[in-house]
Amino acid sequence: MNRYPVWIYTLVATILVLAALYALPNLYGEAPAVQVSPARATVRVDDALLGRVEEALKAAGIANTGTFLDPNSIKVRLADTETQLKAKDAIERALNADAKTPAEANNPSYTVALNLLSNSPNWLSAIRARPMYLGLDLRGGVHFLLQVDMRAALTKRMDSLTGDIRTQMRDKNIRHAGISRETSGIVVRFRDEDTRAKARKQIEDQIPDLTLVDGGSGENLMLTGTLKPEAQKRTQEFALKQNIQTLNNRINELGVAEPVIQQQGADRVVVQLPGVQDTTKAKSILGRTATLEIRMVDEENSSAAALAAARGGQVPFGSEFYIERNGQPIMVRKQVVLTGDRLTDAQPGFDNQTQEPAVHLTLDATGARIFKDVTRENVNKRMAILLIEKGRGEVVTAPVIRGEIGGGRVQISGRMSTQEASDTALLLRAGALAAPMEIVEERTVGPSLGAENIQKGFNSTLYGFAAIAAFMMVYYLLFGLFSALALSANLLFLIALLSLLQATLTLPGMAAIALTLGMAIDANVLINERIREELRNGSTPQAAIHAGYERAFGTIIDSNVTSLIAGLALLIFGSGPVRGFAVVHVLGIMTSIFSAIVVSRCMVNLAYGNRRKLATVAIGNTSWK
Amino acid sequence: MEFFKIRKDIPFMRHALTFNIISFVTFLLAVAFLLIKGLNFSIEFTGGLIAEARYQQAADVDKIRTALERLGVKDPQVQTFGTPRDVLIRMSIKDAEIAEFTSKNSESGKEEFDREKFRAAVLAPAAPEVTVQRVEFVGPQVGRELAENGALALLVTSLGIVIYLAFRFEWKFGVAAIIANLHDVIIILGFFAFFQWEFSLPVLAAVLAVLGYSVNESVVVADRIRENFRKMRRAPVKEIIDNAITRTMSRTIITHGSTQMAVLAMLIFGGATLHYFAVALTIGILFGIYSSVLVMAPLVMWLGVRREDLVKPVQASKDGAVV
Repeated sequence: MNRYPVWIYTLVATILVLAALYALPNLYGEAPAVQVSPARATVRVDDALLGRVEEALKAAGIANTGTFLDPNSIKVRLADTETQLKAKDAIERALNADAKTPAEANNPSYTVALNLLSNSPNWLSAIRARPMYLGLDLRGGVHFLLQVDMRAALTKRMDSLTGDIRTQMRDKNIRHAGISRETSGIVVRFRDEDTRAKARKQIEDQIPDLTLVDGGSGENLMLTGTLKPEAQKRTQEFALKQNIQTLNNRINELGVAEPVIQQQGADRVVVQLPGVQDTTKAKSILGRTATLEIRMVDEENSSAAALAAARGGQVPFGSEFYIERNGQPIMVRKQVVLTGDRLTDAQPGFDNQTQEPAVHLTLDATGARIFKDVTRENVNKRMAILLIEKGRGEVVTAPVIRGEIGGGRVQISGRMSTQEASDTALLLRAGALAAPMEIVEERTVGPSLGAENIQKGFNSTLYGFAAIAAFMMVYYLLFGLFSALALSANLLFLIALLSLLQATLTLPGMAAIALTLGMAIDANVLINERIREELRNGSTPQAAIHAGYERAFGTIIDSNVTSLIAGLALLIFGSGPVRGFAVVHVLGIMTSIFSAIVVSRCMVNLAYGNRRKLATVAIGNTSWK
Repeated sequence: MEFFKIRKDIPFMRHALTFNIISFVTFLLAVAFLLIKGLNFSIEFTGGLIAEARYQQAADVDKIRTALERLGVKDPQVQTFGTPRDVLIRMSIKDAEIAEFTSKNSESGKEEFDREKFRAAVLAPAAPEVTVQRVEFVGPQVGRELAENGALALLVTSLGIVIYLAFRFEWKFGVAAIIANLHDVIIILGFFAFFQWEFSLPVLAAVLAVLGYSVNESVVVADRIRENFRKMRRAPVKEIIDNAITRTMSRTIITHGSTQMAVLAMLIFGGATLHYFAVALTIGILFGIYSSVLVMAPLVMWLGVRREDLVKPVQASKDGAVV
């Protein structure tokens, strides 16, 4: 009765081997590495790039202990931190040196960052066995929680809609008595009923995001527009997405390996920068505002001679000298026509007539009016679009104005590939945040503290485990040994599972490992006590073992399900350290059910199952009655 | 080896009323402490600034405190933890904006907390060789949500457990178990209120883990009660409960002892972050033994559990099979 069919033993053995395999990388530790990832969407990592990296290292005489290519990056593993720094410099020089213009140097194609890489042999990496992913409190770094100001995002949207209504009224020649932004919404005033009805129809057709309500009486009629709830939601979602995109772009520049940028809740963004210690720099980059500027090209001083002189440092008064994206020198007036504050959106697309790739910009009402005036007065002249970042400007493009442009919709086109168009749109959008953000939480953990925390978590688990195992063996003898072995199998499963899932392990997570082991032994205690009781009641050893496992089974399931309910509630409602705890806790409960029931039973069956005439079992004293 | 050689059932239920009175009094005391003293919430909940620094020698806590007070920090909290060289400093958000700690961010133009200035102004006067290990800053709006989510998690866990036990056993067990274990939770919170220990997020996790864990106890006893109802057909309810408790007692003590060993290791080796987490677990484990046995069982009895509540459906199907 205490025999398992062969397939169960095979299954358990296979699972144990697999678990051991996937837990193995944790033993190797980590080595310094250099990570190369694309800084722009247009750039790809491929074998050719890998070749360039390897060549650069060879040229610099730096030996590496392995290069790895994955879809998003190239990693080079190095012997020590000193060669790591040298390698970073060499690779950076080789990859980003072909930047001929200051603009390109300012905007490198690749991000080269310092990182840590598992020291495990290549065959382990090949089967995707990786060490556990350590949280910030264990590896050191900075954690920010940013709150997006949604009210500002909505205000911005309402402002731009106000402009849209104004344009609509003007285009359709609907005479209104004033359009204003008030706390109740956008209020349009009219003198008579007919006009209002006409306006209402026009707005309903063209701007479906607004809910319109009639108001006022006699000569003073009103139409009040408010943002529909679904439009509000869309605006907020867009603002959040846009801000995350912006943060992504900015953090790329920091050269952080494996940054975490995630949405949390409806209006928050978590940013985690492992290995970063300089919070001031990180904060200034996160909070930076890149702006767009539209200026006129200084046509009077654009002769070849003047440009050559300007390159030499002789810039005429009132103008500035820039190199355009395409490498052309250009002279731009200092006077700003429009700033990015007036820009509400930038999308890649195509020119309606020529089908050339283009970027469509949307300006708000004020911006649209200024733009219209400026374009009317400057037909056939060039206009420069500049991106100002870190106090330095860059001319993105300088198109020729072909005619008056009204309506606030501007198109940039000419000599652009589809990819460049989407890049430019991204760049223009990324320049500004859709809504202001505020840091509401900030954590810095020094690297030495991280190492200490690992030690603390490790020691807690080790000594807790050792004490329990020792006690079990003294108290239940051979069955205690089986229980202790089942417990170590549980630990192995848990570590393998955490490594496989790449769930973030934090200090509370390590505490959960220790606690889970302490709680998991409950199942074995239940079983062992049950077997003892059956023996005392006069059952034969074989029957007692069988009954012990059978009867304890229901109890074990029930008690683990209640623990699981608490664990899941923590997982759903918890954040930060609580979630780190909950993930490990929940996984641990599941592995413990398997190890306590199946794995320990396997060992007992192997030891006792084949003995026909079993007189005693080594489970401690059961002779008293 | 065998710790418990109990030959006769211990008449726990004879003293049921006494146990219930004791529980009720401790419960009321815990509630009173919670109301009078309140919990000492960590900055995760209240918002504020926490800084951890390490000195080369034993830190002069008084000097740091004086430095803070001189700069205008009201009632600064400075304490050592782990070793005498490690110092933990806590202050409100408002105090963190004191001019001596902040500098203008060159790019955003905003005044921001500056670790170096803080080090120079507060930590260095006590001894120059000091490094700032960790700085945490939490805005006030985050805390409220955390507290709400914590309460929600507690509610969902309780409901989930009641429903599960009602489904597996009977509603009386579900209700009794959850009362017994919420009583544990309140007592843990009472301890934290009485000693004004810091109530942080890991402590909240510990409280909920304890809730799930001590329900195990109730499950084991309930399981035995059900089994006894089947086996001891003539015995009165009291005897059945007494027998169930007595026979699971050995397992209860050993299991809790084992879990406590793991928690003890955490208490000794886990350092500052895990300290109160382990403390909360310790209290929870100790009271868990008591409450699940001596609060839950009498409650089930008062609620009037009967043999028919647990055994009937199984019995009926068996009879049907025979006939």
